[in-house]
Amino acid sequence: MNHMSIWKYANPKLFLQTSERVLPALWGLAFACLAIGLVWGFFLTPDAERFQSTVKIIYLHVPSALMAINAWIMMLVASVIWIVRRHHVSALAARAAAPVGAVMTLIALVTGAIWGQPMWGTWWAWDPRLTSFLILFLFYLGYIALWEAIDNPDTAADLTGVLCLVGSVFALLSRYAVNFWNQGLHQGASLSLDEKENVHDVFYFPLLVCIAGFVLLFIALVLYRTGTEIRARRIKALMARERAGA
Amino acid sequence: MRALLLRDLRLALRAGGGFGLGLAFFLIVTVLVPFSVGPNSDLLAVIAPGILWLAALLACLLSLDRILALDWEDGSLDLLATSPLPMEAAVAIKALAHWLTTGLPLVAAAPVLGVLLNLPAPGYLWLVISLAAGTPALSVIGTFGAALTVGLKRGGLLLSLLVLPLYVPTLIFGAEVARRGAEGMAVSTPLLLLAGITLGAAALLPFASAAALRVNLR
Repeated sequence: MNHMSIWKYANPKLFLQTSERVLPALWGLAFACLAIGLVWGFFLTPDAERFQSTVKIIYLHVPSALMAINAWIMMLVASVIWIVRRHHVSALAARAAAPVGAVMTLIALVTGAIWGQPMWGTWWAWDPRLTSFLILFLFYLGYIALWEAIDNPDTAADLTGVLCLVGSVFALLSRYAVNFWNQGLHQGASLSLDEKENVHDVFYFPLLVCIAGFVLLFIALVLYRTGTEIRARRIKALMARERAGA
Repeated sequence: MRALLLRDLRLALRAGGGFGLGLAFFLIVTVLVPFSVGPNSDLLAVIAPGILWLAALLACLLSLDRILALDWEDGSLDLLATSPLPMEAAVAIKALAHWLTTGLPLVAAAPVLGVLLNLPAPGYLWLVISLAAGTPALSVIGTFGAALTVGLKRGGLLLSLLVLPLYVPTLIFGAEVARRGAEGMAVSTPLLLLAGITLGAAALLPFASAAALRVNLR
């Protein structure tokens, strides 16, 4: 195997050693980015013309929505790696990412509702974007529940991996089906805002810092939780060995 | 393969509960709807296609755990796994048997229940067509969910949690066909998409179901 290969981190021991060395820096960077981005965004930017001060919730809403989708993609990649190459760290990383992704989805939904109330006059509308995020949240719940329900760790990893693959296809299908469905109900009436066009530079740069903060926070959380999973499995193995010895 | 199909059909017909329960559930849900939303027949006519689709979907969901659970308990699945028949084919046949015993009766019963909900006249044909085109997808997707949860003691609720999000696209397009049909609009786009989901799911999902089943039998 190539010396620089990423696959060497499939070794749980090496993974733990490396992640322990990287994690403090990651936590620090993540919180620094979040602190800078949020303070900059909340207090040092002007109110937008159309949105007044409500625009400031984008510093939570946009990054969390972004991470909600990227977390699922990361789980998909990790599941494929587990199914193809049978690296346990990969399966555990997918497991570790799921609750983080679910919480990100929830944050995106809640901040969206808080923003929607003053802007659209309603907490919730069956807009395609909102609806597909709610469906994504359901997919996260099902995935987490399947992990929790199965005792044998390898069986659980295999079955959740298959579910993640099939679920990704259906989540994508649902996204387009929901687009179709809502067009069928209200022709052309779209509540969703196109962020790219509305966001000026003044808001854009703090937003970028916030996004970087969320990405770093996600990586740190996943590394940390994967380490926890590895240790939990080691404890289980040790206890089983002790019981077998006694 | 034919022997397996006939065996599953016979079991569903004779073992009691499987065949009639789904239909009875479909009937009861439809009867309960006017109690919950009121007897206003204009309102019922508007929501009838969607209610009938949702009720059919739930009736389908209820019978999913019977697809594999009984064969899992008495060891028939292990026999199937060691037989020369590929697991993919066995799973596909089981999905087909489930559709014949659950989906098809629902399709046949839907127009009768449409009368109860004051479904507009042009809607009957499209309701039947949309259910006939969509319920096979429900059976195939449901078989996948059953294959994932077959080894679990209390898999019932988990099965619903896993399968219902997967049902979203089928429900959207199916109910859209029925709704547009009832309102006299063009239905070809959602109908083609619905047929696409059914054919795609029937072609690809048996592989995923078989993979899950092999893991569970390991």
